[in-house]
Amino acid sequence: MLVMDMLDEIKDKNRKQLEERLTQKGGYIIDEDGIKLDGDYFKKQVRIALKNCDIIDPTNIEEYIAMDGYFSLKNILNNMSQQEVIDIMKQSGLRGRGGAGFPTGRKWETALQYSSDKKYVICNADEGDPGAFMDRSILEKDPHSVLEAMAIAGFAIGSDQGFIYVRAEYPVAVKRLKAAIAQAKEYGVLGENIFGTNFNFDIELRLGAGAFVCGEGTALIESIEGKRGMPRTKIYRTAHRGLWQKPTIINNVETLANIPVIFQKGVDWFTKIGTEKSPGTKVFALVGKIETAGLVEVPMGMPLHEIIYDIGGGVPDGKSFKAVQTGGPSGGCIPENLLDTPVDFESLAKIGSIMGSGGMVVMDNTDCMVDIAKFFLDFTVDESCGKCVPCREGTKRMLELLEKITSGNGKKEDIDTMERLAVTISSASLCGLGQTAANPVVSTLRYFRDEYEAHVMDKKCPAGSCQSLLQYFITDKCIGCTKCAKVCPVHCISGKVKQLHVIDQDICIKCGACQETCPVNAITRS
Amino acid sequence: MINMVIDGKKVKVSRDSTVLEAAKQVGIDIPALCYDKNLEIVAACRLCVVEIDGKNKLETSCSTKVREGMNVNTHSEKIDTVRKDVLQLLLDSHPNDCLTCQKAGECLLQKYAYEYDVNFVKHDGAMRPHLVDTSSPYILKDDSKCILCGKCVRTCSEVAERQVLAFADRGYDTRIVLDADQTLETSSCVSCNRCVTVCPVGALIDKRTLGKVRSWEGEKQVVKCKSCQYGCNFEVIKNRGKNIAVKAMEPTEGRPLCLRGRLTTEFINVDKPEKPFRKIDGKFEETSWTKALGLEEVMEKMELLKEDE
Repeated sequence: MLVMDMLDEIKDKNRKQLEERLTQKGGYIIDEDGIKLDGDYFKKQVRIALKNCDIIDPTNIEEYIAMDGYFSLKNILNNMSQQEVIDIMKQSGLRGRGGAGFPTGRKWETALQYSSDKKYVICNADEGDPGAFMDRSILEKDPHSVLEAMAIAGFAIGSDQGFIYVRAEYPVAVKRLKAAIAQAKEYGVLGENIFGTNFNFDIELRLGAGAFVCGEGTALIESIEGKRGMPRTKIYRTAHRGLWQKPTIINNVETLANIPVIFQKGVDWFTKIGTEKSPGTKVFALVGKIETAGLVEVPMGMPLHEIIYDIGGGVPDGKSFKAVQTGGPSGGCIPENLLDTPVDFESLAKIGSIMGSGGMVVMDNTDCMVDIAKFFLDFTVDESCGKCVPCREGTKRMLELLEKITSGNGKKEDIDTMERLAVTISSASLCGLGQTAANPVVSTLRYFRDEYEAHVMDKKCPAGSCQSLLQYFITDKCIGCTKCAKVCPVHCISGKVKQLHVIDQDICIKCGACQETCPVNAITRS
Repeated sequence: MINMVIDGKKVKVSRDSTVLEAAKQVGIDIPALCYDKNLEIVAACRLCVVEIDGKNKLETSCSTKVREGMNVNTHSEKIDTVRKDVLQLLLDSHPNDCLTCQKAGECLLQKYAYEYDVNFVKHDGAMRPHLVDTSSPYILKDDSKCILCGKCVRTCSEVAERQVLAFADRGYDTRIVLDADQTLETSSCVSCNRCVTVCPVGALIDKRTLGKVRSWEGEKQVVKCKSCQYGCNFEVIKNRGKNIAVKAMEPTEGRPLCLRGRLTTEFINVDKPEKPFRKIDGKFEETSWTKALGLEEVMEKMELLKEDE
């Protein structure tokens, strides 16, 4: 078992080896500031939550220690009281990175105030937003940062039991976490009498079975209790009565990964990064129509265009930027004229989107915004737990309306119906999933209303993406080679050899096979 | 007691009540479909939303505890719009069957639709599939009428050895199932009728009352079941001078309701009771009253003693 002063020994020994290995491998900047990834993509990034990712060997606890790991926990157990830990968390201003942005310190303080024979610390690793994978990266590449933070949280609120609720679709993360927990116990930084003190803290894994809604705190708790994953109504706060009705705190993976660093480098250092109301950094999963996709960790308050153009390299293939969707299925689409918006909790909410867990999907001019809204709503309809009426029934009806519109059967009043439904779904749903389910529709209606109107009024999809609204025509460039007629799966093209062919619009399924096969580009799409 | 204001009226209500209960104490009925004073609060139907001073969002009154000085409005344009929309969403998935539905007159969805002037609207969207479980002689389960309030699931799970009903699937496809998707006949359901008594709509119906009388017809008299010490309440329904059926009333704490009690009450009170059924190895079989009430040995012994006399 590890005693306090052995930590320095391990660090010194392994730091040297680690630096040697990385120097040999190349692609790193190693100086008195620490070890960083080298390259243009990382220049503008500030990595706190991801600081060890792609640097240390995640299966080796000693490399985590080499990067100052477990020093925060050691220092806290040695020198600090519970209230002091919480005061530092509050001063740091750290806010939940899972989406809602609730101040972590306040959450902890509430849980500390309630006395109970048992308290729980839960790590929410049920990352489910389409396109978001920052939690997965942290769990797979730096699992000990989460374990250390959970132990700190456990000490702060007076808990001896933690759970990591991780989705079963992350097998590598599960494997790494299991190995990390075993190692941490072996080294005595988890388990009983941590660092030889009388503080005990154990962590167990619970695997999610694939329901998006289980990322919602109370549904997650129900799931850990072995019940169906449906959100609870909050008569009492989770910090008062949570898991098995005991005081419980739930923190997201990225939030936790920030915590050991805050204690190591201090509140002053942390609050200098980011904005006043949203200190620190946020990791975004920059994906979609972007030159360089990947995880970017930037200080809060960085304008969207800096992330998309300076880091991500802008839209590829000569196409033009249309919108960026932040916050996953609960978020909204932001148009080009708002790209100077700084990314922080308040600014994004003001323009009808949310920070969310940090999904950032870039769209270009070939993406139909009505179709995008439909995609996200389809996801929500699929993932609604079915408990409350507005979400279960309302999102379904909204999706039906969007399907109507994108298939060319929309009426003008459908847009009004959607707007009214959106208000009811947002204001009356039980949990965050329902309350934000209408956001993709509301934000696209706000910024791209003309696209909706084109679908409804002119039966046209301006982006040329909604299949049912397309029409294929054969122009007089046709040489009558019959290739298109042969490839058509529904035999709707007729014409004699060496004569102009014609598409029967009533039968055509708009698959585009004819256009692809035509040797003289005689087939047009409108 | 604490002081608060509900709809502009200053009232004193008990300290540990919810806003919905507090309103009820002063004679204000807030509409609610999933609330039941005997069951766990789930806040699923969202009909009971109210406005509370100092809160931006609407709050469900069933799940909000009262506080000293709280100022609550149970009606406003915003609240009524939400309630209308919620009712409309429910009606949009509900069959237009109120003419012949056994629940008509007692149905809460019908009551609130009337109160809020919400009507059936023709649409070509999805409806809940018309799945009707007719396998039991005691209970009729019609999924197409279910509003998924979950009261049946909650009341069934109150009795440890029952816990037959559960939610299955999710989102719009959510439904109530018995065990692992069994029928009333093949499941471990004991036909106690607890679920029937709490169902706010016509999704769970006491089959032995079906087609006999409309809810607003006849006279009702409450009797206590005599088959055990719990003494559950039943309604004896009398029409045109005849006792035609009995109906279990809501179970309260410690009163579990059971089939035997129901049959006993029916046998004693109904003039011409229908044949009883017993579930044997997952099959309902018509049986004699002696067997259904478990009186075989008693009757035999009585015969024997009579001979001795």
